[in-house]
Amino acid sequence: MSALFSLAWASLLNRKGSVILTIVAVALSVALFLGVEKARSGAREGFGNTISGTDLIVGAPTGSVNLLLYSVFRMGGATAEVSWPTYEKIASREDVAWTVPIALGDSHRGYRVMGTSPDYFEHYKFGGGQQLTFAQGEPFADLFDAVIGSEVARELGYTPETPVTLSHGLGAADLGSGHENRPFRIRGILKPTGTPVDRTVHVSLEAITAIHVGWESGAKNPLADTIPEEMIRSFDLTPRTVTAIFVGLERKGTILTTRRAINTNRSEPLMAIIPGEALAELWNVTSVAERALLAVSAFVIAVGLVSILTSILTSLNERRREMSILRATGARPHHIFLLLVFEAGLVGFLGAVLGIVLIHGLIAVLAPLLQAQYGVAFSMGAPGLVDLAVLGAVTAASLVIGAIPALTAMRRSLADGLSVRL
Amino acid sequence: MSQPVIDIRDIAFAWKQGPQVLDIPAFRVDAGERVFLRGPSGSGKSTLLGLIAGVLAPQSGTIHVLGQDMSALSPSKRDRLRADHVGVIFQMFNLVPYLSVTGNVLLPLRFSPARRKAAGHDAEGEARRLLARLGLEDAQMLKRRVSDLSVGQQQRVAAARALIGAPELIIADEPTSALDADARDRFIGLLSEEVARTGASLLFVSHDASLAPLFTRAVDLAAVNQVMNRAGALA
Repeated sequence: MSALFSLAWASLLNRKGSVILTIVAVALSVALFLGVEKARSGAREGFGNTISGTDLIVGAPTGSVNLLLYSVFRMGGATAEVSWPTYEKIASREDVAWTVPIALGDSHRGYRVMGTSPDYFEHYKFGGGQQLTFAQGEPFADLFDAVIGSEVARELGYTPETPVTLSHGLGAADLGSGHENRPFRIRGILKPTGTPVDRTVHVSLEAITAIHVGWESGAKNPLADTIPEEMIRSFDLTPRTVTAIFVGLERKGTILTTRRAINTNRSEPLMAIIPGEALAELWNVTSVAERALLAVSAFVIAVGLVSILTSILTSLNERRREMSILRATGARPHHIFLLLVFEAGLVGFLGAVLGIVLIHGLIAVLAPLLQAQYGVAFSMGAPGLVDLAVLGAVTAASLVIGAIPALTAMRRSLADGLSVRL
Repeated sequence: MSQPVIDIRDIAFAWKQGPQVLDIPAFRVDAGERVFLRGPSGSGKSTLLGLIAGVLAPQSGTIHVLGQDMSALSPSKRDRLRADHVGVIFQMFNLVPYLSVTGNVLLPLRFSPARRKAAGHDAEGEARRLLARLGLEDAQMLKRRVSDLSVGQQQRVAAARALIGAPELIIADEPTSALDADARDRFIGLLSEEVARTGASLLFVSHDASLAPLFTRAVDLAAVNQVMNRAGALA
């Protein structure tokens, strides 16, 4: 066995040029497949790590995926809000330990602004229970204080005390769309979390109310700018509505009954979701596209494997003499068969190893860039089970595919006997 | 009297859908003999060697090699018999291109535990000794690619490969046809010496009748193959 293996190795070395090309073809196909797989699992992991410790998210009735997306991932928007009295009712429930209301809808230079209570910094957890921590400064204390995520600070070059103004709505550019009359001051900068928190500008709920004084009709009253800041500070700035509420329960065991109680609230229609459950629902939606992508890249691997077949089949004619020499020196037909199967398996194995090295190298180099530019998180780290499985599968498939030229060569060597007529 | 190394009786062979090539009532090679088998090209020499080596099987008749009835053996048993007891030298292109000179000489040991054992624990040393006795002792030469060797050198490497592990029978199919007269005589001399030293038998096939005196016995294939007599009668 090992004698044949070293023979296969020597034979491959003898045809370095074409063998290396085949190995590269296999490597590229394996790298593509693993790249897709790692982007997929990276996205799942990233999403899964975004929120933890929150038992329920409550909002106005909508799709559960939609509620999850806008409340946690800052994607899309709410179509309706929850009134303040209803929020207070939920907050005062006996089975509720804590609540964090959030108000969305404004932006700052493309980054979403979120109004919330100071409790947010205490109760919002990510990545399996990690708390938000401050790189600089502290939670907002004054009405016009803002706390920004690490990416906002990095991209816009903000430091504590930098004055900023907000825009009404989600316009990407700051075209002076409304709130420039109420400047904020950066009070704190959060440490990176790898979640949408990094791309969020946090202010107090009261600040959201304050900057919308004069907007009661839905558009800005031309006289709004004439109201001095001191006067606004004297108003009752309790919000009328909030966009969503993060809820922590006293006991996890009541999660289903609490959800049911909220969902059947009489005074105002509400919807409560369990984050993990909504996430699973989201994966259900995206899994079709994921499977399609994986299928395409699996086909690319198949193409890589076919290139192994091609390269060995085309080499067989010129190796006819070699086979009959091997037969004459004592090789039995199954030795010829194994020799070619080993060659195919070796090429597949080396291609897969190179592909794995390639994709891990690429991820190591490009991951920070992709994360920053597109928010795609790749799962980093040492090659894992998926890589091993692909390595095994590609090697096994190469061995199987190698049986085709191997059978041809074996049959030929039997027919040729000792002497090949050249 | 010692057991014959090759004992052929009444064999007939034809390629698939082809005319009959061989019809040999009797042919034998005794232990220690160095037999020269002469026949023009196309006379069925290579086919006969294929039958003796066990890669072909006759339609009728019996071939005993080293006392084993080849027609009673399975193809894989015949393969094993060849691997363990027969060394083969071809006309040309005898060597595996991706193996070194010593790698080529050691090739039969990969497939035959019996010959591996016979070659001793220092198989590489044995290969070098064989090559040296065949006139290839330059260490530089041993490292070269086999395709860079001259034809004469290649044939001597092939002879060393056939001899390693002391098989009882060496068969050679026109091994000198690509050599000039000097190299040819020298090759046959060295091969004969080594065969005699190990006590093996040699069946050497060629169309060149002038080689006959270099062997212990010469046989004309036309004399043993009845097919040729019939063809001659028709002509």
